[in-house]
Amino acid sequence: MAADAEFKVIGRRLPLVDGLKKTTGQGVYTDDIKLPGMLVGKVLRSPVAHARIKRIDTSKAEAMPGVRAVVVGKENRANFGVLPVSKDETALAVNKVIFIGDQVAAVAAEDEEIALDALAAIEVDYELYPAFLKPEESLKPVGDRAHKIHEKTVGETNIHKKVDQDFGDVERAFAEARLVKRNHFEFGGVTHAFTEPHCVIASYDASGRLTVWSATQVPHYVHRALAEVTGLPMHRIRVIKPMVGGAFGGKSDPFPHEMAAALLTMKCGRPVKILFDREEVFISHHGRHPTKTDIAVSCDASGDLTGLDLAALIDGGAWGSFGVVTTYYNGVLNAGPYKLQNFRYSGTRVYTNKPPCGAMRGHGAVNSRYAFEVTLDEIAEEIGMDPCELRFRNFLPPHTTTVNEFRITSNGVADGLREVMRRSDWKSKHGRLPFGRGVGVACGFYISGSALPIHWSKLPQSTVHLKIDMDGGVTVHSGAADIGQGSDTMLAQCVAEVLGIGLERVRVYTADSDMDPVDLGSYSSRVTFMAGNAARRAAEQIREKLIAAASRLTGHPTEGFVLAGERVVYAPNPAVNVGFPDALAEALANSGALIAKGSYQSPPMGGKFKGAAAGLSPTYSFQAYIAEVEVDLDTGFPSVKKVWAAHDCGRALNPIAVEGQMEGSIHMGLGQFMSENFRYHGGNILNPNLLDYKVLSPKEMPEVECVLIESNDPEGPFGAKESGEGPLLPILPAVANAIYDAVGVRLYRLPVTPEDVLLGMQKNRAAGREAGRRGSREVEG
Amino acid sequence: MPNRVVLALEVNGHRRETAVRPYDVLLDVLRENLNLTGTKRGCDMGTCGCCTVVIDGKPVLSCLTLALQCEGKKVTSIEGLSPGAHLHPLQECFAEVGGSQCGFCTPGFLMTCSAFLDKNPNPSVEEIKEAISGNLCRCTGYVKIVEAIQASAERLRARRASGETADGR
Repeated sequence: MAADAEFKVIGRRLPLVDGLKKTTGQGVYTDDIKLPGMLVGKVLRSPVAHARIKRIDTSKAEAMPGVRAVVVGKENRANFGVLPVSKDETALAVNKVIFIGDQVAAVAAEDEEIALDALAAIEVDYELYPAFLKPEESLKPVGDRAHKIHEKTVGETNIHKKVDQDFGDVERAFAEARLVKRNHFEFGGVTHAFTEPHCVIASYDASGRLTVWSATQVPHYVHRALAEVTGLPMHRIRVIKPMVGGAFGGKSDPFPHEMAAALLTMKCGRPVKILFDREEVFISHHGRHPTKTDIAVSCDASGDLTGLDLAALIDGGAWGSFGVVTTYYNGVLNAGPYKLQNFRYSGTRVYTNKPPCGAMRGHGAVNSRYAFEVTLDEIAEEIGMDPCELRFRNFLPPHTTTVNEFRITSNGVADGLREVMRRSDWKSKHGRLPFGRGVGVACGFYISGSALPIHWSKLPQSTVHLKIDMDGGVTVHSGAADIGQGSDTMLAQCVAEVLGIGLERVRVYTADSDMDPVDLGSYSSRVTFMAGNAARRAAEQIREKLIAAASRLTGHPTEGFVLAGERVVYAPNPAVNVGFPDALAEALANSGALIAKGSYQSPPMGGKFKGAAAGLSPTYSFQAYIAEVEVDLDTGFPSVKKVWAAHDCGRALNPIAVEGQMEGSIHMGLGQFMSENFRYHGGNILNPNLLDYKVLSPKEMPEVECVLIESNDPEGPFGAKESGEGPLLPILPAVANAIYDAVGVRLYRLPVTPEDVLLGMQKNRAAGREAGRRGSREVEG
Repeated sequence: MPNRVVLALEVNGHRRETAVRPYDVLLDVLRENLNLTGTKRGCDMGTCGCCTVVIDGKPVLSCLTLALQCEGKKVTSIEGLSPGAHLHPLQECFAEVGGSQCGFCTPGFLMTCSAFLDKNPNPSVEEIKEAISGNLCRCTGYVKIVEAIQASAERLRARRASGETADGR
C-alpha cells in the first residue's frame, strides 16, 4: 500500500533501526554480556510434581571449592507474581514443590562444572503428595488441605479463578432462535518457542545497588518484583533489558530465576549469570493454556446472531501468572467482531502440578475464537448462507459499544473481508473446488493495549523523554521493550515524522530503569498505541520550540511554520525557511539542550460490573482471513496453500513491520493448529526440545498475501493500532473451515493430526455422507 | 578434570590458539574463549540452527562440533562474513527486507545462506526453503527470510558479474 503523501517517515517500508546490528552479530543479548568477576548461576529443580520438602541440606555444596553462594527457599519467603491478585510465587520453593522443574535451590560458582557439581551435592528429601495433572481433578475439594496447590484457591479445591458474566438473556435468545449450535472443543498446550533462552545477570555492588540485566518484555514488572523479593527500595535497583531474542508473552512475567540471581549476588557480592538450557525454557513455559471449551451460538431466521454461551475449563499449571486475565479473556474477547445482545460466559482456571501457563500471543482469545469461528461456519452451512455473508450481516459497525461495554472506535473488518474475498476469488471457490481442496474464512479482533494497568496507579501508561543538544541528534528515552517487534524503530519514526527529520538523526535508548521513564512493557499489544502516542506528544513540544526559533530568526508568525525535509518552513511562503541545524542553534541559545516529555494514559471507559475492566482497550484491531488448503486424500495430511490475510492496523507505521507480525502470527497459529503440543507423562514434559515440540518449518509455511486495512484510528499515533497479536487469531479457524470445505471433516481438537482428518473422512463415507458437505460435488479418490 | 590442550585454527581469516577441554564444543570456544558472541546459543542440541558457522565452505552446527575437530580448519562466524569495507548482501538484505526481527536466529541463517549461495547462486524458492530448513525462526514465518535470500542472491550475482567480491570490494 502506498505511503500516505502527508507523511515522510510514517508508512514507509523501513528497515529496523537496529537491523544491521542484528545482521552483523553486533547486537548484544543478555548472554553476550560478561562482567568482571562474573559467576555462573545454576538452579536445582524438583524431580517430583507435588511434594513437601522434608529436608534440604546444602552443606556439601557450600563446602566445595569454587562455590560462592547457595540459596534455598527458606531464606526468602517473599511472594511475588505478575498480577497483584495472585502473587503465588517465591524465588525458590519454600515448603513444597508444585511441579517438576520447580526451583528448589540455586548456586553461584566460579564455572559451570563446579556449579553443576554443587547442584548434585545438594540433598533434598521429599514427602510425595498426590499430583493434580488433569484439570477436572483440580475442580474437586482436596481431601487433605496440605494438597491444595496454593493456599488461596476457591474453597477447598484447586480452582484458581472463576469468572461468570451474563449480559442480556441467553436462555430466552436460545428459546426463540431458529438454530442453536452447540460444540465442545479441546485445545492442547503450546509455548512461545522463542529462539533466545531466558538469561539474567544480577550484580550487587559495593554501594548497595542491584543491577539486573534480563531478557524480559517488561523491565518494570521485574523491577517491582525484585524490590518486593529483595527488600531493596526500587531506587536502589536498576533493571536493563538488552536485546531480546523473541518473547511472544513468554518473557512478560517476573521470573523466579531473576529473583534467585538477585539473591545469589546479594549473598556473595559477585555478578551472577543464570542462562537456561532449552529444557529449562520449556519448563519455564508460561505458554497458552490447555483448554476445554463449550460453546453454543444461536441465530434467528434471517441469520442474525442472537446469543453466545461460552464455558471454558482452563488448565493453569502451577502458578497464577496472568491467569486471572486469561480467564476473563477466554470470554470477553468474543464480544466482537460480531454484534451480540445476549452473551454469557463461565470460565474456570485451575491450578495443576505442571509447568505454569501464562500469556502467549493472542492471549486468552485464540482458543475460544477458534470455537466461535468454526461454530459460525456450521451455522452458515445449516441455514444455507455463505459464511462470509453470515459474517457481514453480523459485524459490529465502527464507533459503537459492545454488550459488555467495550468502546469500539475504528473498525475495518468489513473492508478487510471484502478485500480477501475478492483477492481469493472466494465466490468461485467456496463449495466449488474439487474434493480435497477447499477454502475457509474466519475473523477476529484484539485489544490494542489494556486500558487499565495491572497495578492501580495514577502514573501514565507510557512516558517518553526526548533530548536534542548541539550535535543535532535526537535522543529518545522510553521504558518500552523492543523484543524484536521493532518498537525502537516505531519510536524513532514517530519522533522523526513530527520533527521533519531523517531517521538517522534519531537514536533510541530504551528499557533501562535508571535512564528511561516507566513504560508498562511489551505485552497486551500496547506499545505502538501507547508509547507511540507518548513519543509523538514529546516530539510536538520540541517542534514548538523549533518553530518559535524559526519565527524569531525570520520575523514571521509561529502559526504558519511546518517541519519537513530537515527544515522549518513558513508554509504560506516556503521561500522563508530555516534549516534544522540553524533553528536548533537558535532554540538552544541561552537554554541548553532541548528536553521534552510526552505521555499516554487511556481515557476513562467501560462498565461498572465485576470484571468490566478485562478486555477494555482504547481501540481494537480487526482481522479477516481466508485460507485455501489441500488435503492428501490417502493420508489426511492438510497442506495450507495460501492465506489471504486482512488486518486492520489503523495505519501501518512501517508496513514491513506490520506484515512481519502478520506472517509470524500465521506461522505460530498454524503451529498450534497442526503440530505444537505439550505432551506429558505424569508431570513430565515428554517433548521439552525443539525436535519433539514441532514448530513449523519453512516448507510447511503457506504463501501469505497480507492486506493492510488502514481505518485511521482517531486516537492512535498517526492513526495506528496493534499488529502483534490479533493477526494470530483467525488463521486456526480459517484453516479448519477450509479443511471442512475440502473434505467435510470438522475438527474439534487441536492440534489436528492427519489421522483426525482421515478418520473423519472414513466416518463420513461409512455414514453415506461421501462429501459430507453441501452441494453435490464430485467425490474423487 | 582432563587437561586442556591447545587448539589452533583459523577464525575469520586469523590464526587463533586457545586452550580447550577435549569435550568442549566449537560454540563454547567461539563465544567464551574467543569472545565472538555473534554466534548464538539457542538449544545446545542442533535443533535451532542459531549457532551455525561455516567450516571450510560448509555450514556446520557449532554446538554439535567438537572444538578439537576444528584443528587447522578455517572457521567463519558472522563476525567474519564481511571482511571488507562493505557488508555481505545477506547482511544488507535481511535488514532491508525484514528478514530479521528479534535477530537472534539471524547470524545462523546468514551463515547457512552464505555457504548455500556460494554453491547455488540462483536458487529457486523451494531450494531456499530446503537450505534453511535446519534453521528455526519464530518471528518471521520465514516469508521475509526467503525474500531476503532471493534479494541477496540477486545482489551477489550482480556484484560478482561486475568482478567484485561478495562484500563489494
